[in-house]
Amino acid sequence: MTDAAAVDHAHGVEPAETPLTPESWGKLGMWVFLAGDAMSFGTLLAGYAIMRGNSANWPVPVDVLGISLTAFMTFLLICSSVTMVKGLDAIKKDDQDGLVKYMWLTVGGGLIFLALQAYEWTHLINVGLGLAGNKWGDSLFGTTFYIITGFHGMHVTGGVIYLSVIALRGKKGVYSSTNWNEVEIAGLYWHFVDLVWILVFTFIYLL
Amino acid sequence: MASDSHAQHDDHHVNYMAIFWWLLALTILEVIAGIPQASPAYPQLLKGALLVVMAVAKAALVGLYFMHLRFEKLTLGFIAMIPLILCVFVVLMVLPDF
Repeated sequence: MTDAAAVDHAHGVEPAETPLTPESWGKLGMWVFLAGDAMSFGTLLAGYAIMRGNSANWPVPVDVLGISLTAFMTFLLICSSVTMVKGLDAIKKDDQDGLVKYMWLTVGGGLIFLALQAYEWTHLINVGLGLAGNKWGDSLFGTTFYIITGFHGMHVTGGVIYLSVIALRGKKGVYSSTNWNEVEIAGLYWHFVDLVWILVFTFIYLL
Repeated sequence: MASDSHAQHDDHHVNYMAIFWWLLALTILEVIAGIPQASPAYPQLLKGALLVVMAVAKAALVGLYFMHLRFEKLTLGFIAMIPLILCVFVVLMVLPDF
């Protein structure tokens, strides 16, 4: 308890909620960023819904996009979220090698995801799904697909770079059982990317 | 303070593999519900509702357990709820256009 809090307590003043600390500043900052980012994705998905709802010839997504590859990509991101929390658990137990191993596994999951997305885009472009037109129906179908999945792919790319930095710093021994806050904050970002993909998979591919 | 904060976090033990299996099971169910050939003929509205419920359940599992929202202070929960509320608001605002 700080001196000020002790004085307040002595005078019968109810102590406030645990004050912000340098550790929680980072986490709070990340949550504020993620809230803003979630609104960006939310607006994109709402825009998609409006365009689709008002279109007379919107293609059936499953017929054009297929879902077996993206179902696997979803599985991959879920796995990478698990390796992320395992990495955090490892460093909480002072297992630095475990942290580095799980961070690189998470980065690997992200890289494979990006490679599969590049493959998927290439395939779809080759079969005629353009940014401004396609043979199945409304041209906005391709526009919204590439913008939303591309926006998410950029987040995955950012996450791969972010987690690589965490892995390299972990390798240097920066983190320990008493200093893992940066790992947790990076994990929040990565789980958010996973969470958004869960929604993108449902709304863009399945519905 | 840092060690206090970390000690608080260490109080909870989440079975992450259980969450993983739930997420995997829900994903498989979603794919089955989403593939026209694999799913029985049922109304489009029911299919949509099922898919949305499963997606929200998966997102909630990730948010509550992987992102530790369930164990965080209420303040962070409120911050996380803001975009959700605004997105519902956006959807409600555009509904009359359909």
